[in-house]
Amino acid sequence: MERRIYLDNASTTYVSNDVLTEMLPCFNTIYGNAGSIHSFGRDAMAIVDRARDRVKEAINAQKANEIYFTSGGTEADNWAILGVAHANANRGKHIITSQIEHHAVLNACAQLEKEGFEVTYLSVDEYGLVKLPDLLHEIRKDTTLISIMAVNNEVGTIQNIKAIAKIAHDYGILFHTDAVQAIGSINIDVQDMEIDLLSMSAHKIHGPKGVGALYVKNGVRIDPITFGGENQERGKRSGTENVPGIAGFGKAIEIACRNHIINNRKIKTIREYFLEKLKEKVEYFQVNGHPHQKSNAILNISFYGIEGESIMMLLDLAGIAVSTSSACTSKSLLPSHVLKAMGISDEIAQGSVRFSFGTNISKSDVDYVVDEIAKVVAKLRAISPIQAGRL
Amino acid sequence: MYSKTVIDRFQNPRNAGGMHGANAIGQVGNVACGDIMKMYLKISDNGVIENAKFKTFGCCAAIASTDMACDLIKGKTIDEALKVTNKNILDLLGELPPHKIHCSILAEESIRAAIEDYYKRKEKSIKKANKKVEVDDSNM
Repeated sequence: MERRIYLDNASTTYVSNDVLTEMLPCFNTIYGNAGSIHSFGRDAMAIVDRARDRVKEAINAQKANEIYFTSGGTEADNWAILGVAHANANRGKHIITSQIEHHAVLNACAQLEKEGFEVTYLSVDEYGLVKLPDLLHEIRKDTTLISIMAVNNEVGTIQNIKAIAKIAHDYGILFHTDAVQAIGSINIDVQDMEIDLLSMSAHKIHGPKGVGALYVKNGVRIDPITFGGENQERGKRSGTENVPGIAGFGKAIEIACRNHIINNRKIKTIREYFLEKLKEKVEYFQVNGHPHQKSNAILNISFYGIEGESIMMLLDLAGIAVSTSSACTSKSLLPSHVLKAMGISDEIAQGSVRFSFGTNISKSDVDYVVDEIAKVVAKLRAISPIQAGRL
Repeated sequence: MYSKTVIDRFQNPRNAGGMHGANAIGQVGNVACGDIMKMYLKISDNGVIENAKFKTFGCCAAIASTDMACDLIKGKTIDEALKVTNKNILDLLGELPPHKIHCSILAEESIRAAIEDYYKRKEKSIKKANKKVEVDDSNM
């Protein structure tokens, strides 16, 4: 039987049984529109309210009404950037973000630039960390928002969120963080970390696709970007509530945050075992990202002398799912914007592959994967005009 | 995303590897775009491509394209090989996604680069031979 191993948990995860059980009744039993006043609607609203409470608890928000459900991480990011920029345009039209953000943030910023806003894209150091002196240097009188992701999706580097939030508030600037990869991976406490807006997604933490949330601290001015029914999500986010999705998200985030320490320990063990084995069997590679201030679930490796997509394709033919941000998978043909921002050469960036671990990976899975990697790397190096040892 | 032929050529390339005794080597592409292709040819004195091999740094489509390019020019004369276009490569591969078409174009260019190298080497060896003749003359 062909073996199939999923090492792409940073792209998406399976829906866990607990989450599925939570969702199923919302499809055909509690199917009312949460906006309806009758009992069917009230039952649905009760589900939404419970999920909202769970999200609030998971990130330690002060009030449940600071959680707004969205269609996912992208909408949450788009809304945070556009909504805050628009609502605060009378105070200034300058935004600060980083070069390694997800495109949901970068492209929202690009949209703002078209509208006449100015955006500063901070560079990062070799580990993918935003440099705080640079941030201080770029702050202006008309800066209204700083948006820096908590955990990078490609290399797993964890930013100094608390410090960045503190700097933002010292200058009266709002702070948003894209925490899509951070939830379940690091402890998030929006009050302690002084976060004003925080984006979340369900499907990265064994919840369903198509649902996420934006935390907006009470008192933060934000314009809506969706227009429709005025009583959904307190008039800020129109559209009939995705009750099954929201129910699943609530359950998923509750489990993810409750188990994050134990899951992290498991994943760290697997990651270390993986690296140890890889070092035994493969030569000439580097791990991209921060050596310790990083998410254990993400392991970004550049194999010298060969190209990422061909590695991914050969692994796929061996039943192993990994991801690459190299030129050939995207239509841009350019190497990953994250690795480039970290100062990694094109040659090395092109050879990068992202392995992202879940808790369901066993040591025997890792043994199989590493053996396959060794075969694939040897095969591709044999036909590469670039000598790996010379990089 | 990829046709069966592309996957097959990528997984089991027929012409991969370097070549001892190649008398024409051409390299095209750059790492920024993600592909480098190196074509090795053995061309006989009467201008027939006896063997063609390649080494490629790049994606699935790049490897499959160069492999197919080698097949297309083997046994052909230089003039015939110069007429091979990316369209011929694409026809044999079945299909490539739109953003991968450049891989077939690059493979076509690698053929030309190798043939160019062949002529350069030839020119050099003729010059060398002439020089030798001159030197021999002066010694007399």
